[in-house]
Amino acid sequence: MIRLINVCKDYETKAGPRRVLDSITLDINPGERVGILGRNGAGKSTLIRLISGAEQPTSGVIERNMSVSWPLAFSGGFQGSLTGADNVRFICRIYGVEFEPRLEFVEDFSQLGIYLNEPVANYSSGMRARLAFAISMTIDFDCYLIDEVMAVGDEAFRDRCKEELFVKRRDKAMLIVSHSHRYLKETCERYLLFREGRVDEFEDFNEVYFLYKQMLGEGFDNKEQMIAAMQQ
Amino acid sequence: MPSKNAPSPTLGRLVNQSPWTINRRVISALLIREMLTRYGRNNIGFLWLFVEPMLFTILITLFWTATKTIHGSNIPIVAFALTGYSSLMMWRNMPNRALSAVTSNMSLLYHRQVTIMDIYTSRILLEFMAGTTSFVALGVIFYAFGWLTLPEDSLQVLGGWMLLAWFGAGLGLTVGGLSEKFDVVKKLWPPFAFLLFPLSGVAFIADALPPHMREIVLWLPMLNALEYLREGWFGSAMHAHYDVPYVMIFNLVLTFMGLSLVRQIGLDSSEVE
Repeated sequence: MIRLINVCKDYETKAGPRRVLDSITLDINPGERVGILGRNGAGKSTLIRLISGAEQPTSGVIERNMSVSWPLAFSGGFQGSLTGADNVRFICRIYGVEFEPRLEFVEDFSQLGIYLNEPVANYSSGMRARLAFAISMTIDFDCYLIDEVMAVGDEAFRDRCKEELFVKRRDKAMLIVSHSHRYLKETCERYLLFREGRVDEFEDFNEVYFLYKQMLGEGFDNKEQMIAAMQQ
Repeated sequence: MPSKNAPSPTLGRLVNQSPWTINRRVISALLIREMLTRYGRNNIGFLWLFVEPMLFTILITLFWTATKTIHGSNIPIVAFALTGYSSLMMWRNMPNRALSAVTSNMSLLYHRQVTIMDIYTSRILLEFMAGTTSFVALGVIFYAFGWLTLPEDSLQVLGGWMLLAWFGAGLGLTVGGLSEKFDVVKKLWPPFAFLLFPLSGVAFIADALPPHMREIVLWLPMLNALEYLREGWFGSAMHAHYDVPYVMIFNLVLTFMGLSLVRQIGLDSSEVE
């Protein structure tokens, strides 16, 4: 279980400190898939960074009894002058897992072919994304952090990603940030709505999506109208 | 080994390991990554590690030999230049590499095992390894050509080298930690290092200075350590001036300051979303 207790996060801005998250308390249970909605800048990615441990909260406590992934398909950690295979090796070294089988898996999954032995700096953005996703799948975590990534690659690759994530890893906890209602509705059991530094929890997708849309100022008059629009 | 058809989650099952094991593993992974990035795969980049100090040593030797009639000193010049430049590589390069080490490796912190301290440790360790390799290799080469006599007291040379390395590491942590706190440090360190360069004994021995000057520059720990090292190498040809306890206390203070500064980095992040 991951437990956040009264977690606050401030960022320094020119206009003084800005509170992005304001005493958040929530649990993420094993095997649970939690969808995250909110405007840009509402603190969604900040929460992901805090849970992953990349940043420390300004105050409050984060307890982790599960292993937590880095944000899925995150390619910022790549060193451009290293090859794709080097980057795989680096991750394997850090996590202390055997390299050969993972390289084989990455080769197979990313289908980068000979490019796997080229510097990442020469990759196209699609190739980078494929490598990043494949590397993310080489380590087995209890909880995966997924921050707006499912839009990468072509159709076939997206299908493979879905299979890898939601079929083979259906028993894993996941935290999913997305703007796609179809995707969230299909995959998640519980939803968090970020508003002005606070977080509200919902079980029902239609309810949270209705509020979310209202918040964006593109609200529907009632839920029935929204559901009809979503089915189009 | 799992076959390709087996569900991939059996790959990379994470096992709990002791913090010490994780620490060592992460640092060695970072070291290899830094090495590949800096020196490249084809080993040509690695050569520059020797070319720069070698050029410097040869130039100093030529200059010194040409002006020998003027100064009439008996110092073994190759050993003098080699020790001088190598010491510079210790105390200047470690802070250089520690500057913005975290900023440029921020994304690695997404991996929970990687700590800010690991990033500094690996960078400083790599600089130590590079400096030591260059020092030893050039020593051996110059010795093979007969330009250099062996140290009179190898242990003292080693001790001096360790003092320099310790000073470089402490300074690296301090400068690195400060640079994450105050951006201006990134701009100020290079000119500051440039200023220290001529005072640090790279191109003089303390005994050659007028006494009142000597007293001032001997406040610099790297000069003390270098004097100690040089006395170990060719002590009978010079009169060394140093205070080893002073260097050690200085290093200790620097190290504690550096460690506490680095510890603070993770706590007050000012990154804007």
